[in-house]
Amino acid sequence: MADSDRLENSPIIANPQKQTKLLAALYLAQEEYGWLNPEAIEHVADRLGLSPGQVRSTASFYSMFNLEPQGEYRIQVCEGLSCYLAGGAETIIDYLAHLLNIQPGETTADGKFSLEVVQCIAACGSAPAMRVNDELYENLTLERIALIIRELEGGSP
Amino acid sequence: MPVLKNLTELKELREKARAQKADRENNKLTIILGMGTCGIAAGANEVAAAVREELDKRNIEAEIVNVGCIGMCHNEPLLDIQEPGGPRVTYTKVKPAMVGKIIEKHLVKGELSKRWIFGQLPGENGQTIEGLKTYDELPFYSKQIRIALRNCGIIDPESIEEYLASGGYGGLEKALFQMSPDEVIEEIKDSGLRGRGGAGFLTGLKWEFCRKAKDYPKYVICNADEGDPGAFMDRSVLEGDPHALLEGMIIAGYAIGAPEGYIYCRAEYPLAIVRLKKAIQQAYDLGFLGENILGSGYSFDLKIKEGAGAFVCGEETALIASIEGKRGEPRPRPPYPAASGLWGKPTNVNNVKSYAIASQIMVRGADWFSKIGTKKSPGTAVFALTGKIKNTGLVEVPMGISLREIIYDLGGGIINNKRFKAVQTGGPLGGCLPEDALDTAVDFDSLTAAGATMGSGGMIVVDQDTCMVEFARYFLTFASAESCGKCVPCRIGGQRLLEVLTRITRGEGSLEDLDEIERISKYMREGSLCALGQLTPGPVMASLRFFREEYEAHVTEKFCPAGVCAGMYAYEIDADPCTGCGLCAKACPTNAITGEKKEPHAIDQLQCIQCGACYEVCNFGAVLVKRKHELPVAEVNK
Repeated sequence: MADSDRLENSPIIANPQKQTKLLAALYLAQEEYGWLNPEAIEHVADRLGLSPGQVRSTASFYSMFNLEPQGEYRIQVCEGLSCYLAGGAETIIDYLAHLLNIQPGETTADGKFSLEVVQCIAACGSAPAMRVNDELYENLTLERIALIIRELEGGSP
Repeated sequence: MPVLKNLTELKELREKARAQKADRENNKLTIILGMGTCGIAAGANEVAAAVREELDKRNIEAEIVNVGCIGMCHNEPLLDIQEPGGPRVTYTKVKPAMVGKIIEKHLVKGELSKRWIFGQLPGENGQTIEGLKTYDELPFYSKQIRIALRNCGIIDPESIEEYLASGGYGGLEKALFQMSPDEVIEEIKDSGLRGRGGAGFLTGLKWEFCRKAKDYPKYVICNADEGDPGAFMDRSVLEGDPHALLEGMIIAGYAIGAPEGYIYCRAEYPLAIVRLKKAIQQAYDLGFLGENILGSGYSFDLKIKEGAGAFVCGEETALIASIEGKRGEPRPRPPYPAASGLWGKPTNVNNVKSYAIASQIMVRGADWFSKIGTKKSPGTAVFALTGKIKNTGLVEVPMGISLREIIYDLGGGIINNKRFKAVQTGGPLGGCLPEDALDTAVDFDSLTAAGATMGSGGMIVVDQDTCMVEFARYFLTFASAESCGKCVPCRIGGQRLLEVLTRITRGEGSLEDLDEIERISKYMREGSLCALGQLTPGPVMASLRFFREEYEAHVTEKFCPAGVCAGMYAYEIDADPCTGCGLCAKACPTNAITGEKKEPHAIDQLQCIQCGACYEVCNFGAVLVKRKHELPVAEVNK
């Protein structure tokens, strides 16, 4: 019994009540560091009394956490049902991949754009849609996408 | 506002809130705006700005109230005008440029433009305006009974006073001051309420298991990780009436004997999270949460946990792992969460709607609830209607209603008067039903018996232009991408199924592939760890069962009857219905269509790229989808 008490109370073993804050901490770290680089992981681990391995294990499970550096503009194309029915997703992704010369999940060599495919971004009323950083673009056509990309290439955010 | 210390203070506050509301309705002009995610996406913020500008310009004094989604997503943005002592008159599809005219006509000239008015919601005392239809007389609402959605689109979700004025926290009041925890559980059991997340387990029984578990502390969790494509029922409750959920959770906490609760909400619902946080803060400020609630001696804390983009976290054991800060992977059950859940302690997990309904059952009684719906599935079902249907949106109907009534009476039928083909319920883990199943009653058991599932409430309608193989492939792409990878049947099986379906939609499939689908599906159903893997084959199996001839056409004739799968069909113009209007020739990007004016046109198969532009624009149904080999071979083989 004594041993199991030690197990329960040992600080070596993560405090479960602290670990429950891990997802929230990862969101903060991602905001702070831009992506979850080793330094960010280390920082979160330190703060919550977990091992970096534990933090990485959780972070790698969820699609909203980036374990790779992201481009200046994160393009997220919706492949939700409404966008699919509106004939979006696949055509748009193929077009963007062709335009930027990268595959979904990759970042352009100049670090400007990264391309992702995401699930419903709640713009079903005006599908097809995509999000660039925090900006939502709806009722997309290939012509509009070309314009948007050209604009982003030219200016700064 | 000070913390409410006892029942008397609560009653006083509610009276005050009611008096305030009555004062507004009787003496003030109110403009009500639909500010759910759907309304905002359709431009409600711009409409709101136009309203303010217009009122300022004309020096009209009015209160502007923001409400959640009333369900008519296809008609957003919505603007209601309620004159002192009158009903709420609803304007639909409002554009900022219309606001000036609406206000001038309605408020200055006193004219009601029927062209823009959808209907009226009677005022507090039933007052109406003659000549306008009330919501109850309109097809979209006449068959609805709104329990989970009772306040959505009616009250301001960011005002706890409005919730109180509508009788809110009355269920909690009754539970805390008139009933023992066991009596609360009996009441919920008597109501027959079944879990609205999809599995349909008896809610009262779940609460009882958790109450009887001999460990402490216990936890109450709300599963608000609504991730099905095409489903937004829970979002509407979270955005439109967050206190209804809070009240249900506090009641559950009291019944079970739990000191703490968590709402696990997907991060993709930012507006819902904002409104929930606000509601929780208000509940703490007034003493509906925290120490010694309303002086009853019962204490309860409630926190929000945001997900991070993992569909599988909608499974209760995965959800619990995620709250603990771990990878959101499911684990085998039993033990069920009621025995061993969050941190190994007894935990009750219910869906948003279950809690929202439970709080209303406490107010109106088990008897009232059990008389709605069917014997085995009492109450109502909330559906998000989407796809090729005229009235997309959110409806709440009594259980037992037929699919046909929902799709045709409420939903208004298929857009562009095309032919209904199938309806998918239960999202990517559900199944589809064909036209001859349209009279199936909507309840947990009938839908399962028919070959679909109730699910959480997504209802996707597709028409003749949807290829059922491709439709199943879409859901499979989703479900297999969301497999967490922990168990082999789900991880590998989903991928293999997807490969087979992809092959079929590319015209590379064989008849053996159809057996292969059934074989893999069987292994996934029997061998997967959680519902995600067990139900991933659902859409494929249902479409194979009801639309087998479509699968067979794909594999034996390399023909896609819906004209969707690339290279597996050709277009031809039927000379009979063709009027020679020339629309198709204009739409054709490759100039493949020729013909004299007012004479039947024809498609040159050598030029045609099967883009479907002619099919879309033809108003006479003259463009047909044909098997390639039905056309002269020389024309097709480019």
